Amino acid sequence: MAEADGTSSATPTEEMNGAGNLMDFLDEPFPDVGTYEDFHTIDWLREKSRDTDRHRKITSKSKESIWELIKSLLDAWSGWLVMLLIGLLSGTLAGVIDLAVDWMTDLKEGVCLSAFWYSHEQCCWTSNETTFADRDKCPQWQKWAELMTGYTEGAGVYVLNYFLYVLWALFFSFLAVSLVRVFAPYACGSGIPEIKTILSGFIIRGYLGKWTLLIKTVTLVLAVSSGLSLGKEGPLVHVACCCGNLFCSLFSKYSKNEGKRREVLSAAAAAGVSVAFGAPIGGVLFSLEEVSYYFPLKTLWRSFFAALVAAFTLRSINPFGNNRLVLFYVEYHTPWYMAELVPFILLGVFGGLWGTLFIRGNIAWCRRRKTTLLGKYPVLEVIVVTGITAILAFPNPYTRRSTSELISELFNDCGALESSQLCDYINNPNTTRPVDDIPDRPAGPGVYSALWQLTLALIFKIVITIFTFGMKIPSGLFIPSMAVGAIAGRIVGIAVEQMAYHHHDWIIFKNWCRPGADCVTPGLYAMVGAAACLGGVTRMTVSLVVIMFELTGGLEYIVPLMAAAVTSKWVADAFGKEGIYEAHIQLNGYPYLDQDEFTHRTLATDVMRPRRNEPPLSVLTQDSTTVEDVETLIKETDYNGFPVVVSRESERLIGFVQRRDLILAIKTARQKQDGVVSNSVVYFTEDAPQIPATNPQPLKLRRILNLSPFTVTDHTPMETVVDIFRKLGLRQCLVTRSGRLLGIITKKDVLRHMAQMMNQDPESIMFN
Amino acid sequence: MNRVIPRCAVNMLTFSSLVCFLLILYSQTSEAKNSEDIRCKCICPPYKEIDGQIYNQNVSLKDCNCLHVVEPMPVEGKDVEAYCLRCECKYEERSSGTIKVTIIIYLSILGLLLLYMVYLTLLEPILKRRLFGHSQLIQSEDDVGDQQPFANAHDVLSRSRSRSNMLNKVEHAQQRWRRQVQEQRKSVFDRHVVLS
Repeated sequence: MAEADGTSSATPTEEMNGAGNLMDFLDEPFPDVGTYEDFHTIDWLREKSRDTDRHRKITSKSKESIWELIKSLLDAWSGWLVMLLIGLLSGTLAGVIDLAVDWMTDLKEGVCLSAFWYSHEQCCWTSNETTFADRDKCPQWQKWAELMTGYTEGAGVYVLNYFLYVLWALFFSFLAVSLVRVFAPYACGSGIPEIKTILSGFIIRGYLGKWTLLIKTVTLVLAVSSGLSLGKEGPLVHVACCCGNLFCSLFSKYSKNEGKRREVLSAAAAAGVSVAFGAPIGGVLFSLEEVSYYFPLKTLWRSFFAALVAAFTLRSINPFGNNRLVLFYVEYHTPWYMAELVPFILLGVFGGLWGTLFIRGNIAWCRRRKTTLLGKYPVLEVIVVTGITAILAFPNPYTRRSTSELISELFNDCGALESSQLCDYINNPNTTRPVDDIPDRPAGPGVYSALWQLTLALIFKIVITIFTFGMKIPSGLFIPSMAVGAIAGRIVGIAVEQMAYHHHDWIIFKNWCRPGADCVTPGLYAMVGAAACLGGVTRMTVSLVVIMFELTGGLEYIVPLMAAAVTSKWVADAFGKEGIYEAHIQLNGYPYLDQDEFTHRTLATDVMRPRRNEPPLSVLTQDSTTVEDVETLIKETDYNGFPVVVSRESERLIGFVQRRDLILAIKTARQKQDGVVSNSVVYFTEDAPQIPATNPQPLKLRRILNLSPFTVTDHTPMETVVDIFRKLGLRQCLVTRSGRLLGIITKKDVLRHMAQMMNQDPESIMFN
Repeated sequence: MNRVIPRCAVNMLTFSSLVCFLLILYSQTSEAKNSEDIRCKCICPPYKEIDGQIYNQNVSLKDCNCLHVVEPMPVEGKDVEAYCLRCECKYEERSSGTIKVTIIIYLSILGLLLLYMVYLTLLEPILKRRLFGHSQLIQSEDDVGDQQPFANAHDVLSRSRSRSNMLNKVEHAQQRWRRQVQEQRKSVFDRHVVLS
C-alpha cells in the first residue's frame, strides 16, 4: 500500500530545492510515488483509501486550533467552490461560443456595414426598413456580391455569392484543422467517448489540459461556422470537463486524488450538457446515464448545482437576445391525440433504423480512416469534406443556413405571422381568429416546394454526417441527428395534417379532428422525430426525454417523446447493442468495462495468465531477490506489477507491488541511501532478514507493497470476477488455489475475454 | 499545502483569462442600458386591404403592446381591436456591448494563435538554422528517444540544481510542451491510437 503519510511527504525535488519557489512551475514535474502513467488505469481502491486518510487527518487536526478548524471547513467547502467556478467558466465559454458562431455563420454570406461584429439578425435589429414579406432585409447588412459589385439580382450575383460562401467555409475549416494539428491534437472529435473512458478510470494526460481547452473552444466556433454537418454539444461537454480539470488543479484535495477528480469531472459534464441545451436536469441525467461510471449521490447534488450555475451564467450573457438559453425553445401547448401515436411510433422506427445505419456507416468509415491511406491526409480530408458540404448545401435554402436555425424553424408551429415557405398555407382571408388557433388549412404551393427541398436536405444530411463525424476537428452529433429527425418528422407531420384536412370524413379523423379546428401540429412531429433519431444514435433514454421537454417546455408531450424514444431504442438495439459512443470506444480499444451483464459460464482459470504454454508468472520473493534481479525483471518484461510471494518453493502470496513504484523506489534508493548496490537484497518484511555482516546493506521496500491485493480462487465463475472488476474498479486480480498463487487476471484480460465471447476481435483491446 | 502556492502562481494565467471573460459579464451589467438595446417588435399580418407590417419601438416592457407600438394605426374605430388581436408583440432585449466585446476578444485570441502558429511552423526553423549551435540543450532534448521510463529523470534532477536563469526555464518549458504536443500528434494523427 502507498505510504501512510502519502500526501504530505515532500517530493524529492522539494527536498533538494527547498519549499517551492515561484519558478518551480517551469520545472518538469518529478513523478511521485502514487501517480499514474499515461494510458493506464487508476487504482480506485487506493484513491479512495487515500482520500479517507486525508479526511481523517484533517478532522483530527481540526480539534487543535481555530486555524485548523477553519482549514477543515474550507476543505469541506472546496467542493462547492469548485462547482461554482466550473459553472461560471462553462457558462461564459458557452456564451462566447454561441455569440461567435452566430456571427461567423453569417459572415459566410455577408457583412454588417454599420458594425462588423453584428450578425445578420443583430444588424437589422434597429432597422425600420424590414417589411412583413421580407423580414430579413435591411440596408445595413449586405451580401458579399452586393458589396463587391453593387447588384443584388442576377445569375452573376448568385454565382459570386456561391463562390464566396464556399471560400469562407473552406477558410474556416482549414484554420480549424491547422490549429488542432499544431497546438492540441487531442482537441479533435467529439470527446465524449474519451471522457467516458477517463471517468471509468483511464488516464489520458493532456486530454483535459489548458491548451486543449483553448484550442477546442476556438476551433469549435470555426468548425460549426464553416457549415459542416456537425454540432457543438459533445465538444461543449469536453470543454466543461477541461474547465473542471483546470479548477481541480487549484485544490490539492482534487489534484492529488484521481478518484475525487473524477467526481468533479462528472459534475462538469453535467454543466456542459446543461449549457448546450439549456437543460440543467437533462444535463445531470445525461452525466448519470451516458458519461459517468461511478455516480454517488453526493455527486448528484453537486452536478445539479454546477449545471444550474452554468445555465444561469449563460442566461445572463444572453446570447440570443430574448432570455432563452437555446435557439429552439418553443412554447406551444396544443394537445395531441391518441391516434397520433401511430405516426409517432413510425418516427421511432425511423429513428432506430437511422441510428443503426449511422453507427454502422460511421464506424466503417472511421475504421477505414484508421487503417488505410485516408488517415494520412487529415487536413486534405477536412478540406474536401467541407468543400463538398458547402457546394451541395448552398443551393438548398434549408441547408444553407445553420442547422440550429433549421431545427428552430422546423420545431415552430405556423401561426398567421410566419413568413417562411414552410408556412405558406392557403389562408381564409375572412377568419378573425386570434393567432394561436388557426385551424388546419390546405397547403399552398410554397409548402409543396418546401417539402421537396426538405426531402433533398434529409438525404444530404443523412449521407454527409456519416463522413463528417470523427474528422480531425471538434465535431458533435447531437444537432445533425436532431436535424435529420426534425426534417423527417415535419414531413410526416405535414403529410398527416394534409390527410386530416382533405379526408376529414375518414373514421380515424372524424373522431379526433373537428373541421375548422386545429388538429395536427407538424412542429410536434418534428420534435418527436428529433428525439427518435437522437435516441437511435446515442441510445439515451430518460435523459433524452428530459432534455427534450426542457427544450420545449411542454410537459404534455412527454408521452409522445417517450413512445418515440423507446421505440427507436428497441429497433436500434435489435440490430446492435452499442450506441455511437460505445462503438467508438470499441474502435479505439479503450479499456472500458461497460455495465452489461456477463452471462457466460467460464471460470477464472480459463482467463488467467499464464496460460498452459506460457512462461511462469514473474514474481518477487519476500526476502531473497536482489536489486539486480529486480532491475533485470523490469527491463525484460513490461508487466505493470508483480506479486510478492514468501518463496519460490511455497508460493504463498504476501502482496502486490506496482512496476512504477518499484522503479521509483529503486532509483531513489540508489541515489540517496548509502550502501545500496546491485547485490543488495530487497526485502518486503517488517524486519530485515538475517544476513552476514559482509553482505551489502539490504533495501526495505515494504512501504510500496500493497498488502491486500484482491484474490479469487481458480474456480470462481467469470461472472463474479467481472462483477468485482466493475464494482470495485480493479486493475488486476490474483488467482490462488489452496492458498498458493496460480496466476493473474488483468482488466485487459477480462476485456479480451469478453470480446472473444461476443465474437469480436480480442486483439483490438489496446490499453491496459 | 506547500504545493498550493506555486500552483496558484501557475494559474494566474488562467485567472487572467477568467477575468477577461468576467469582463464580458461586467460589460453587460454595468453599461447604462443603451436605449437601442431594447425594443418591442409587433408583427401584424395582413388584414382586409392592409398589408402585413412590422413595427419597432424602444419602449419598456409594460408599454409593449399593440396600442402603444403600432403607430400610425392603419385602421379606425372598432377595427382597431380586431386588428390588434391578430398582432403579436414581443419584448426583446440584447446587449450590444457584450456582443462587441466578445467578438473582438475572440478575434484577437484567434489572431494571436494564428500568429504563433505561423511563427512555430514557418519562422522558427529559419531562425534556428541561423542560430545553430546556440543551445545544444535544445538539440539534446530532441534526441531523447529512450523508451525507458524516466530515463532522463536523473538528468532532470541534476539540471534543476544548476538552472536558475528564467529565460532558460521558459525555453525548457516550451520545449517540454512541444514534445508533449508532438507525442499527442503522433498518437492521434500518425498511429491512430487515440481518437480515430
